[in-house]
Amino acid sequence: MSRVLVNDVLVIGAGPAGLAAARAARERGASVTLLDSSDRLGGQFWRHLPDTRPSAAERILHHGWDTFRGLSDALESDSGCRIIRSAQVWAIETSPGGPGTVHVVVGEPDGVGRERLAFSPDAMILATGAHDRILPFPGWDLPGVFTGGAAQAFAKGERLAVGRRVIVAGAGPFLLPVAASLASTGSTVLGVFEANRAPALLRGWLPRPWQLLPAASKGVELAGYLAGHLRHRIPYRLGRMVVAAHGTDRVEAVTVASVAADWAPISGTGRTVEVDAVCVSHGFTPRLELAIAAGCALTADRFVGVDEGQQTSVPGVFAAGEITGIGGADLAMAEGLIAGHVAAGGAAADDQLRRAARRRRTFQGFARRIEVAHDIRPGWPQVLTADTIVCRCEEVSFGTLCATAESTRSRSLRALKLSTRAGLGICQGRVCGRSVEELLAARVGDGGLGDGVTTDRRPIAAPIRLGELAADHHGLGLTPDHHSPELPPHPTKGTK
Amino acid sequence: MTARLLPFGDDPIKPAPPTPVTITVDGVPANGVAGQSLAGVILASGTLALRLTSAQGRPRGVFCGIGVCYDCLVEVNGQRDVRACQRRAADGDVVTTQHDRRPSGDAA
Repeated sequence: MSRVLVNDVLVIGAGPAGLAAARAARERGASVTLLDSSDRLGGQFWRHLPDTRPSAAERILHHGWDTFRGLSDALESDSGCRIIRSAQVWAIETSPGGPGTVHVVVGEPDGVGRERLAFSPDAMILATGAHDRILPFPGWDLPGVFTGGAAQAFAKGERLAVGRRVIVAGAGPFLLPVAASLASTGSTVLGVFEANRAPALLRGWLPRPWQLLPAASKGVELAGYLAGHLRHRIPYRLGRMVVAAHGTDRVEAVTVASVAADWAPISGTGRTVEVDAVCVSHGFTPRLELAIAAGCALTADRFVGVDEGQQTSVPGVFAAGEITGIGGADLAMAEGLIAGHVAAGGAAADDQLRRAARRRRTFQGFARRIEVAHDIRPGWPQVLTADTIVCRCEEVSFGTLCATAESTRSRSLRALKLSTRAGLGICQGRVCGRSVEELLAARVGDGGLGDGVTTDRRPIAAPIRLGELAADHHGLGLTPDHHSPELPPHPTKGTK
Repeated sequence: MTARLLPFGDDPIKPAPPTPVTITVDGVPANGVAGQSLAGVILASGTLALRLTSAQGRPRGVFCGIGVCYDCLVEVNGQRDVRACQRRAADGDVVTTQHDRRPSGDAA
């Protein structure tokens, strides 16, 4: 099939990486289509209030707000960039020699009769980001237990505090902005509990401190959160974890206990605190399903593998942001800029990319420190009891998981998922998948799970209603005249 | 009461006065402001549990808030399985909580 538009770039995800990628691709003259599942640009990092709630000083809630406004204003006023909001990608089909076909439904989230579109671009940039990883613990299925990301989303996107008396717990620097958002939205944050102890944090943060200097903006961001902590007098405690949430129909209290260096709870150290909400985050899981569907190879630590130009193993498919490694918005933007430039026909060695490449190196170093300091430690499963729910959707308990692994003696993750149903519910293992893998691998002993299957593969990336599946779709990209009249016009070629 | 919308007069970001919206949840009115998610309006009305689970009939509420966990599924104006955290509340929305029991005869 001959291609009509030789410089057509599709960007999936309008967070820091996707926005920077779209802008850079436009700078180089490509016509760009930018998709996001939300009706707002900015992704989770710049999640903000809707147009119906204009606020004079919204920027004080954000880091890099002016950068966001600059990027989004430039793209929104650019006739060469078509932005499609409320666009949920539900599948990617690979095609030999090209980036493949992207299938999308556009309309109200989980709506009925959304419009189906299909794109066959010359280059595709995946900037799908990440979501919180939360390790299971007794009571984590009670209403009132939230992810850190939920607390952030409601605070920044709605000005809603998820609770009055709140505890923030887990691991990683993200706990700080979560606590800051809660406090500034009216919650009393009773404490922030980081599971790692001081030696682990120092191992990550202290060596070769001069390497941190170019990442000073990151330091300023963290210092800002710490200043907020002092202002709101929020205690920050190391080596402690929420080991249980209590309540009948909602969370009424949590038990906080000291944990060893491997995060195994130390018995006799538990203290029960009355709360009406608890916000938990143990790091981030990259949203890999679209990259896997596009055929991209993953790295050993399960991110999308990319070269100097952010190109994946599939020609014409690029990746930027958290799916290539958890590193924050500055790294995501540097990667996005490089991806956009190269996807639009530039070269990774081009002079214009020098600064972005330097920033990428700097912030990657920063990301490695965070990983060393805050990474999940292997003793966490000791918090589980036999009846602790591990898979929330299918209500599979830790006891069931262990009993099935022992009785079947299977080493196949696929078989164990089918026999336990863990990870087979409507979230498709997004919440529990990696925990289930880890718990089962520990049960089957030496050699671990042997079928090479992971819980990251989801050929249908988002639920789609049968009526929508049966409906015809509009092809976009190859035949620009056929797009639906409600959509913004197809971008024009050339720089603005 | 637990979750609470920051009163706009107290908010340091200096918002313009918001437009109120009213929805019903299982017939009971809940008030919010235009642009909020259904989940946000329901949380601020004091309701944490949005559905009962299929196997054990346990209450579940909003968990991830960003559309990943699907724990906040509700019926909206007759449409089932809508993530309450992803759908913006429209004035007059009729929300019904879901309790999808497993078919009888299923080993539970």
